[in-house]
Amino acid sequence: MRRIAAAVSLTVLVALLVASAFLLHPFGNPPSQMDDYMIQNSQAETGANNVVAAVLFDYRGFDTLGEATILFTAVTGVMMLFRARRKEEGNR
Amino acid sequence: MSKIVRTISNQLILFILIFGLYIIMHGHITPGGGFQGGAVVASGAALIIVAFGSHQVQKRLKERHLSIMESGGALIFIGLAFGGLATVFFYNFLVGSPVFGHIPPSGPNPGNIWTGGVIPLMNIAVGLKVIAGLSAIVLVMALASSGEEIEE
Repeated sequence: MRRIAAAVSLTVLVALLVASAFLLHPFGNPPSQMDDYMIQNSQAETGANNVVAAVLFDYRGFDTLGEATILFTAVTGVMMLFRARRKEEGNR
Repeated sequence: MSKIVRTISNQLILFILIFGLYIIMHGHITPGGGFQGGAVVASGAALIIVAFGSHQVQKRLKERHLSIMESGGALIFIGLAFGGLATVFFYNFLVGSPVFGHIPPSGPNPGNIWTGGVIPLMNIAVGLKVIAGLSAIVLVMALASSGEEIEE
């Protein structure tokens, strides 16, 4: 029973992947004009030569805020984990 | 580690720090930025920890200071984001002002460090954050695996 379920789910997954590969937009023709707008206007609007930096810190600053929060959470977690272990060993 | 490794690390750390700070400072002109440059500097910290041992490094590089540095970077970042709140959150309010406000000509150009509005400042803030965060992770893990006590 589990094998049949696994085979069916795998078939569906592969079919979806193949279908999505054929449904992709042709290369060089993304669905929106956002990239053209950023390449044309980022230097005038943000003053940065590096369009990637302009997107990262200006147009999509919220995304970078999330990335920074992820880093903060990771550091907090690692510090909590190792500090707790040291305290535990100290008490023994 | 042996004396050879320690001597070479001593010479090399200067160049690693300069390269990392260069990547952070030129994030708005050349490829790179706060995350990448911070990772480079943190790799220098990892080199020093490997070469000299975590107990030796801990005397100079306190975990608490790194924690303050990371929180400070996060606060600067969010403060700069709030600075543009007169228009929208994360608005680039420094473009056109004398501080990092020069607007480069459109199209390819050699680049000017004094451009970018809040982007270089945010790069510095994120760089501080990544340097402190990754160095703290490496230091704490090295201390935990070496069996030394973590000093607050």
